[in-house]
Amino acid sequence: MTANPSQNINANVNITKQATGSQALLDGLIHEGVKTIFGYPGGAIMPVYDALYDYGDQLEHILVRHEQGAIHAAQGFARVSGKTGVVFATSGPGATNLVTGLADAMIDSTPVVCITGQVFAHLLGTDAFQETDVINITTPVTKWSYQVTNAEEIPHVLAKAFHIANTGRPGPVVIDITKNAQLQLFDYEGYHKCFHIRSYKPKPDVRTSYIAEAVAIINEAKRPFVIFGQGVILGNAEQEFRAFIEKGNFPAAWTILGMGAIPTDHPLSVGMLGMHGNYGPNLLTNECDVLIAVGMRFDDRVTGRLDKYAKQAKIIHLDIDPAEIDKNVKTTVAVWGDCKETLPLLTQLVQKNENQDWLQKFNECTIKETEKVIFPEQNPDSEILTMAEVLRCINEITQGEAIIVSDVGQHQMVACRYAKLNQTRSNVTSGGLGTMGFALPAAIGAKYGAPDRQVIAIIGDGGFQMTLQELGTIMQANVNVKIIILNNQFLGMVRQWQELFHHNRYSFVNITSPDYVKLASAYRIDAKKVEQRAELKSTLEEILAHDNPFLLEVMVGKENNVFPMVPQGRGVSEIILSKEEL
Amino acid sequence: MKQEYTITVYTENQIGLINKLAIIFTRRKINIESLNTSPSEVEGIHRFTIVINETEDVVRKLSRQIEKLLDVLKVDYNTDDEIIWQEMALYKVSAEVITEKVKVERLLREQGARAVVIRKDYIIFECTGQREEINNLIKILEPYGLLEFVRSARIAIIKKSDGFHNKVKEFEYKVPSETLVENEFLDQNESVFSM
Repeated sequence: MTANPSQNINANVNITKQATGSQALLDGLIHEGVKTIFGYPGGAIMPVYDALYDYGDQLEHILVRHEQGAIHAAQGFARVSGKTGVVFATSGPGATNLVTGLADAMIDSTPVVCITGQVFAHLLGTDAFQETDVINITTPVTKWSYQVTNAEEIPHVLAKAFHIANTGRPGPVVIDITKNAQLQLFDYEGYHKCFHIRSYKPKPDVRTSYIAEAVAIINEAKRPFVIFGQGVILGNAEQEFRAFIEKGNFPAAWTILGMGAIPTDHPLSVGMLGMHGNYGPNLLTNECDVLIAVGMRFDDRVTGRLDKYAKQAKIIHLDIDPAEIDKNVKTTVAVWGDCKETLPLLTQLVQKNENQDWLQKFNECTIKETEKVIFPEQNPDSEILTMAEVLRCINEITQGEAIIVSDVGQHQMVACRYAKLNQTRSNVTSGGLGTMGFALPAAIGAKYGAPDRQVIAIIGDGGFQMTLQELGTIMQANVNVKIIILNNQFLGMVRQWQELFHHNRYSFVNITSPDYVKLASAYRIDAKKVEQRAELKSTLEEILAHDNPFLLEVMVGKENNVFPMVPQGRGVSEIILSKEEL
Repeated sequence: MKQEYTITVYTENQIGLINKLAIIFTRRKINIESLNTSPSEVEGIHRFTIVINETEDVVRKLSRQIEKLLDVLKVDYNTDDEIIWQEMALYKVSAEVITEKVKVERLLREQGARAVVIRKDYIIFECTGQREEINNLIKILEPYGLLEFVRSARIAIIKKSDGFHNKVKEFEYKVPSETLVENEFLDQNESVFSM
């Protein structure tokens, strides 16, 4: 990273030319390395779209069918590529349609820059056509937001936006540009990337005293347990993380967003944490003596009841965001900093270890879970198909090389429990916000973020119907994604809760579906429906080898439940493997 | 244990920042007892002084969330004995009462109040001090008919702090912050063509 060039140097290299705010914006995007924009035009952003007409060879614009689709696509793009996703939307409804995606990107720390059009500056506050107070609506769900009313601000505000979105703990940024600023001609002095903002410290300085304290505790540990989140991926610290756990032979479990940071079949990878995570990681959280949390935020879905969470353990928390330290779980030692820097410091000092007996305990849990849940789910006795066997078939075909994009609900838990992932940045799902309708547009973005990889969207029949209009985007841009709808004819996760905790009172969870094969064919997308086990694997093989987008509907058991489960309000070690244990 | 905490926030001078600060409290349903915004000892840097009643644990978490805001440079939180603090209040009393009852004037003097405006019909007193002193004066004046009362937000100086002059250099290294651009078009409705 270099410092900004001084004013003098600027004066030498810059050739000032007249440009409109819109041209400066697009020029800035190109300087930031942007190639793909997801967007939807409208009145207040027309000057930008007019300028975009001349940039067709440098900027690819994907026309979505709804602004929510644009931002989820940008999120999918960012999650698989690590680059910042870019969205264009117009004022008023265009901007408000982004809010769900902004909230999702905020809670899941996804770098996205949204450019929204706004009415003319002199009309602000007059209830003009398609005017809405975008900055104030989006403030709680953005890392930063700014309204531009003068074109001269555009270059440095855009530079600041990209710097903020994708440094430190990433997040979404909104830049709201009034129409006059988009049209305004000004002396454009060229684009300069931003590397420093005095009121913004992306990562804390690493204090070696914390490292020493942490190492002392880790080296004393008899039963150390590492839990890791998306921070490892966001910090590009997968190698550093692997070196750390391999040196100490630490069992490591992932949060839903940390999945894939190390290969899911790594010998030290013991499974997923959380409400529908694996049995061992949950149970043994309350038996470890040192809990090392790396780049994760102790979400309530991970911890269960806090007063029954790892009370016996010393807790070491590595995080880049000081606000996460002690937020939910009180730490013994907090190691603030970028885990790419802190992990190697720890690795250097931790002792090599065997931890055989301790790792054996995880094995025993896996054996128990496999026998009671995993094997029967993946190889059911009955004729009815299960979600888990669909995932088993996908694993057998892809061998863990595909990107799995999942929506929200039962199928999401099943996908994240059973999918095999070899590479990092292969799991795209809405973790913190739990946004149904996320997967279809996110898969579109993921394909643009990783064009050479197979992208498989696994979606429930409920979530699919929330954003199915994006089939239009897939049709128009011929986005080669494979859509697998796991149809259980219910809003499955809510139904499961109603069955388990609300005395089988199925209140409005019965959802009917259109004929998905016909629907896809209306969008000129190839499609099939599978109801028999005999057809399942061969059909999956066929669609995954297909050159074009494909939609596959799989009819699965209507009232299957996802287990294991940490029931809400219980501690993690009270995890149950079946309904009978409730 | 809940107690009064004074949160001092050094910020850039940015439009909308007060909202960004406020929603950190409103999101958690915490009432702000007092909020003051003013320039600080460093040009271009603003200083918010916020008073809330909460436990230290909550205040620490809030402070970290505030410091995370992009335009915020530094946050401190202090209990009342770690700061020098003052509030100011204005009291409007009927002139008749004051002139007739000499005792009132003596009481006001004892409380360190001072008359700011004296008119035929009313007198406005000003009192600067801490909460008890200001509340005391309300009690004293109430029996004589307190027509109007208003109290300012708290301003506070942290005893241990060396100010922000040196701190700001740490934050800066090379690039100072952008100057604030306000909307200069608001009063130009007539002269601008738009659609």
